[in-house]
Amino acid sequence: MSEHEEHKSYSQGFYIAIGVTLLVLTITTAAVAFVNLGPFNPVVALLIATIKATLVVLFFMHVKGASEKLTGAVVVSGFFFLAILISLSLADYLTRSWR
Amino acid sequence: MTATEHQAHNPALLHHFADAEQQKNAASLGMWLFLVTEIMFFGGMFCAYLVYRLAHFNAFAAGSQQLNIWMGAINTAVLIVSSVTVVLAVKAAGAGKRKVLVGYLVVTVLLGLTFLVIKGFEYREKFEKHHVPGPTFSFTDKFDDNGKQIPVNPKETELFFSLYFAMTGMHALHMIIGCGLFSGLAILAWKGHYTPGYFTPIENAGLYWHLVDIIWIYLFPLLYLISRHS
Repeated sequence: MSEHEEHKSYSQGFYIAIGVTLLVLTITTAAVAFVNLGPFNPVVALLIATIKATLVVLFFMHVKGASEKLTGAVVVSGFFFLAILISLSLADYLTRSWR
Repeated sequence: MTATEHQAHNPALLHHFADAEQQKNAASLGMWLFLVTEIMFFGGMFCAYLVYRLAHFNAFAAGSQQLNIWMGAINTAVLIVSSVTVVLAVKAAGAGKRKVLVGYLVVTVLLGLTFLVIKGFEYREKFEKHHVPGPTFSFTDKFDDNGKQIPVNPKETELFFSLYFAMTGMHALHMIIGCGLFSGLAILAWKGHYTPGYFTPIENAGLYWHLVDIIWIYLFPLLYLISRHS
């Protein structure tokens, strides 16, 4: 991969390679859904989705190699607050066994 | 190069920024803050989905099994290809290739419209099968759990379809806005508004498009791929 004029830009071939990887992962996730993995089906599906999202964030949205560290901090804080929203909500709803 | 010289060379640089790089970083940071609010906005719906799916798993699986997995997968592929064309458009803008830039922007809009047309056909199928929540909603299918036909409460499946329409509908609205945005950018790019020294709107619209792509990357497995093995 060549990094040239802009430190935030990759070569055209690299972007296409990431795109092909994303397409392969899409086919994988659809195919794996038809295999019975018991409780691990949603785990695998979400794992593949997270790998895809990470590839997009790092290489298409150029968070990897961003000149401003602040951008990275904002991105991480976004997902951190999402994690708080989901984990605290589930900590409530999943422990209402008295109902 | 001194600051005054720099300003003289770059008409897009606003006077309250020290240099073009600082201006670009400020715009990028602002865009990311907006995207974080979008993550929290969709996050609320993802959270509601999770709570109801855990409470009514069989009904959600039965609803999911009625979705068209092929249309969903093809739409995922369409969005991924559009993300590649967006990133190549940003690259072309940085290299000052005006016609290549316009080409990629137009292809992106066409791919976005393709997504919406496929989505429209999916919605039509939902209307025909009476799977749209409301007074006409009816659901007679069972949850096929590895050959075992488990009856489900239609009211609970209606919840699944409510979330399906809320989430895919809100995503589709973002796609419509994105198509409008990129059409406008294509016109401005054709008129030569963007130079290698200033193409921040292309970059930031690209960030928006990628985020909408990421939301679909999660919607596809969560809505279409529940308990497909049977």
